[in-house]
Amino acid sequence: MTTLVDYDDAVRRYDPVLGIEVHVELGTRTKMFDGAEQSFGAPPNTQITPVSLGLPGALPVLNRTAVEYAIRIGLALNCQIAQWCRFARKNYFYPDIPKNYQTSQYDEPIAFEGWVDVELEDGTTFRVEIERAHMEEDAGKNVHVGGEGGRIHGADYSLVDYNRAGVPLVEIVTKPILGAGERVPEVARAYVQTLRDMFRALGVSEARMERGNVRADVNVSLRADASAPLGTRTETKNVNSFRSIERAVRYEVSRQAGVLDAGGTVTQETRHWHEDNGTTSPGRIKSDADDYRYFPEPDLVPVEPSREWVEQIRASLPELPAARRRRLHDEWGYADAEMRDVVNAGALDLIEATVTAGVTPAAARKWWMGELARTAKEREVELEALPITPAQIGALQQLVDAGTLTDKLARQVLEGVLAGEGDPEQVVAARGLAVVSDDGPLLEAIDAALAAQPDIAAKIRGGNMGPVGAIIGAVMKATRGQADAARVRELVMQRVAEG
Amino acid sequence: MSTPWRDEVARVAALARIDLVPEELDRLAGDLDVIVHAVAEVSRIATPDVPATSHPLPLSNVFRDDVPVTPLDRDEALAAAPEAEAGMFVVPQILGEDA
Repeated sequence: MTTLVDYDDAVRRYDPVLGIEVHVELGTRTKMFDGAEQSFGAPPNTQITPVSLGLPGALPVLNRTAVEYAIRIGLALNCQIAQWCRFARKNYFYPDIPKNYQTSQYDEPIAFEGWVDVELEDGTTFRVEIERAHMEEDAGKNVHVGGEGGRIHGADYSLVDYNRAGVPLVEIVTKPILGAGERVPEVARAYVQTLRDMFRALGVSEARMERGNVRADVNVSLRADASAPLGTRTETKNVNSFRSIERAVRYEVSRQAGVLDAGGTVTQETRHWHEDNGTTSPGRIKSDADDYRYFPEPDLVPVEPSREWVEQIRASLPELPAARRRRLHDEWGYADAEMRDVVNAGALDLIEATVTAGVTPAAARKWWMGELARTAKEREVELEALPITPAQIGALQQLVDAGTLTDKLARQVLEGVLAGEGDPEQVVAARGLAVVSDDGPLLEAIDAALAAQPDIAAKIRGGNMGPVGAIIGAVMKATRGQADAARVRELVMQRVAEG
Repeated sequence: MSTPWRDEVARVAALARIDLVPEELDRLAGDLDVIVHAVAEVSRIATPDVPATSHPLPLSNVFRDDVPVTPLDRDEALAAAPEAEAGMFVVPQILGEDA
């Protein structure tokens, strides 16, 4: 059993090197090489054709939209787009791959030699170099029957659903990521997060981690220092949440440091990530079985994207998340730290929509990062999961601006909206929360307060405005907070002047 | 016939999960030897001005529109399987890799 080295100690004494492979399922309507529809959650084996099943005589034909999406991803990653490329067969046996080979790209990827800037939590930027992005197809899904909790070990037999077989994938491979030092876990997470946001902005995938739309394999190695040759790496497969990516990298750094400290050598192998206890365990050791005998796919012809097509796609690329953040930062005039908090809280889209709904950027930030952030924290949900829309915030702010609500009343209305009582106007009506703007009831309450506190009334009449707060407080209480304090103050002065 | 290809044929056969008896190994190794020599002959004749052929058909960019077709009927697809359960194909216990 390997002793884990404390993470901080490990990164003080070793230089960690990272490499990440991200698979993204493209959101095309149909599969990569056949017209079977692909949608999440369809009953098993209802989205299959002879091509998906690899039946004899079936002929794959490439999905044009999938190629376009792959080129979009390549361009967004600042890659060169191949003038000419091919598919290859990657041969191996596994029940979820019915043809006994995966159609993939080998030494001729559609996109190569790129980079992407990744923003870290403190606002600094880290550049990740991209080796390649290539097209391939997804495999089916195995369901293990018997054994413990659907795990493969001890399973009696397995069931296979081929709905996912042939779903278009793009695999993005980084070059070795050097120089991240103790921040490797954060860089790993931020990189995958950056890609996820990019896929969504590009419209090439829904990129939902929890559905496996985006999957990451994380390579970690250690070396003595930045001038030493790269150490032996391990590849931790299918780490599928941002938090797990961070944890898996940390764990591997600690584990490998333990192996090296004990005078051992790191074994080059794939490892499995265990979400439950935050560890990795060895999978297969790379062996002869990994001789995939790649060769060009004879059933598909080469892909030769014309430069006109590539330029047309480049021109149609939407604004990417990093550029959008910079633009909004300028437009909204937030301080750097404010902007960072907004981004980290996942409030960017919400605030943008709120601003579109007519709220000033400052007020929009106050709502989402104040009251609503607190509520989200209490309820342990993401901001966007709160049952309130930017349009409702817009309506609420209008009520405040029109003087119908004070800030305090607005918070009560917000509570009502969050409790599912309807739109702000409905909550105001149902709870009777509008500001009492008619002076009549206010003057009544003021007279009552002055009468109830004769000492204070005398002081105020004597020109000492100090204790006026007590009167205002009493009026607010009497009107259940529905008075505008400034107006009450004016009216008190007026009353006192009248004698 | 013994050729340098016997081990290579045995290795590829193992990767392809094909059991070959020694006589088959010998025969295929001999066949492969002939093929390798034939290809070497082509390489000798082909000069640098002869472009490499990547595909027998002079075609590229054969695409399909992203439009769904009618899928295979599930029962029909499963009918060809030795065993089916819950709308899925039954396969024997998978050993080794945890998927």
